Amino acid sequence: MLGSGLLQGLGVTAKNFVGSFHDPARLTTTEYPEVKTKLPEAYRNFPFLVSENATDPMGTLRCVACQICEKECPPQCIFIEKSKDKKPDATGKLQLFPAVFDIDVSVCMSCQICVEVCPFDAIKMDQDFEIATTDRFTGLMLDKHALAKPNSYFHEIHPTDAAEVDGRLAAERKAAEEKAKAAAAAKAALAAAPKPAPAALAATAKPPAAPSAEAPKTPPAA
Amino acid sequence: MSAIAATEPFLERAPQLLRDAATGFLPEPWRWLVNSLIAIGVILAVFGTLFAFLTLAERKILGRVQNRPGPNRTPLPFIKIKFFGLAQPFADGVKSLTKEDIVPRDADQVLHFLAPVVLLAFSIITFAVIPFGRHLVPVELDAGVLYFFAAGAATELAVFMAGWASHNKYSLLAAMRALAQLISYELPLLLAWVPVVLVAGSLSTTEIVTAQAGWKFGFLPHWYVFTPWGFAGFVIFIVAALAESNRSPFDLPEAESELIAGHLTEYSGFKYALFFMAEYFGMIALSGMAITLFLGGWRAPLPFLEWIPSYAWFGAKLIVLLLGFIWIRATFPRLRMDQLTRFAWKFLVPLALINLGNAAFWSLTSHWTGALQLIRWAVSLVLIVGPFVLMGRKLSAGVAPRVYRYAPS
Repeated sequence: MLGSGLLQGLGVTAKNFVGSFHDPARLTTTEYPEVKTKLPEAYRNFPFLVSENATDPMGTLRCVACQICEKECPPQCIFIEKSKDKKPDATGKLQLFPAVFDIDVSVCMSCQICVEVCPFDAIKMDQDFEIATTDRFTGLMLDKHALAKPNSYFHEIHPTDAAEVDGRLAAERKAAEEKAKAAAAAKAALAAAPKPAPAALAATAKPPAAPSAEAPKTPPAA
Repeated sequence: MSAIAATEPFLERAPQLLRDAATGFLPEPWRWLVNSLIAIGVILAVFGTLFAFLTLAERKILGRVQNRPGPNRTPLPFIKIKFFGLAQPFADGVKSLTKEDIVPRDADQVLHFLAPVVLLAFSIITFAVIPFGRHLVPVELDAGVLYFFAAGAATELAVFMAGWASHNKYSLLAAMRALAQLISYELPLLLAWVPVVLVAGSLSTTEIVTAQAGWKFGFLPHWYVFTPWGFAGFVIFIVAALAESNRSPFDLPEAESELIAGHLTEYSGFKYALFFMAEYFGMIALSGMAITLFLGGWRAPLPFLEWIPSYAWFGAKLIVLLLGFIWIRATFPRLRMDQLTRFAWKFLVPLALINLGNAAFWSLTSHWTGALQLIRWAVSLVLIVGPFVLMGRKLSAGVAPRVYRYAPS
């Protein structure tokens, strides 16, 4: 009959109207400034610099100012100035560090090439999109203090990626340590070899001697 | 104003008592003038506020129907409390007042200015004859219903003025559409209320409300909507009223997807707000007239609820009808121009004419009682449901249900 479709339509809208009050699956709006949606892990916008330690971000930057990202950056939004001196990195090795590290996010095109070329996992993509400013020249020019964010933050926004990076870095450090240990052992063995001591005696004496032999080589671990 | 008996409840007399306390000391001609001015002021204040919050209600309800919250962020001024966005109408008002008023260079300056003013004026003067309460009729006219529809029809003239004066093709097209729509729907609108006049025997709105007094079986009010011809008349009236007030699904004159904003294209700032206001005033006035003609005016729906003052009942019915208008807007898509006119000329006009005959039968058989009463109801029902079903079948033949054919995959 004429009009039955109209009544059905009215029924549908009434159902949606009532449903929006008690069915959270219907009313999917999140009221943005107060409530924030969890961004998908793959979301990225602009780069940030990873530091190992939240309490001392400038001292524990992974970046060694190698300037690969600066050279690779297609829109050339990165500006790096190497430091004159070296200071120990997280593993204790003496490294250069960036005296100046600026990213002009008004130029950045979020291509992630800097992240892909970085051999030190020092630069990663951020998810912070609330960077609107009233001043487009200085407000969007982020220096290293604004860019440095701790590794824990990286874990927060890209958990999978961060776990993979941490695992790899730990494995690399372990391998480096073992290599150093092996090298020290070989050196010790080399030093011990000219002595015409019995082999069995040398074998038992070597293990306690090895740490003391390599101790002066490595700087005191913090 | 009719004489007020002192035996009536205090709340019923309160508006008059208040007014007389303010103007009682004035000499007679002055008193009449001031009383009229007060009535105008009250109408503007009450319906202006209703308009403001109706826009908010409309936006919130449309939002909820579309599963979003609607405007809810405007804080109350100075105290920064977001109370469901209740301050939104005031924010909108400030915005429209502070916007630049642009008049196109080629526009007819006088008509362009006059159109919103005329439109609003005609919308407001229709309020004069609506009985808002037992003693709340601004002007009692013997031909009040006639006056109402004459003034209401004149609003379309203002729409055409706006379209013509804007010197814009979209505005002109919209104005022509508006005229076509007016001519098509004015007829069913008028034919829908003629049965009421026929049965009530008067063109005065007060008399029509008086004719709907009393209860059947002690609880069913004698409203015309509870008779077969009255119900049909009410439905036709509401459909035609939707078209007359340019509301969805009959909002062709301002079809955004086709005509930008129709006759409002060249209007900005407060003139645009005036058009908006006039549209809502027209809707409110037509709802008020539908209440007066079919829903028993200011009368209570049940005998034991009569202690609630009459104007409260009128307000409650008005709000229910307006929410119905919003519900309809939230549901139906816009008609095409040919569908619009075809629906009016091939369906609503014949149905309204048949309904007129139906009401004549009802009026002639008013003395029937007992079993004859049942026959009267049955005949009246058949007289309206039969044509509705048959004409509906004819109208939707080949149109519905739609068959969807897809390309073979």
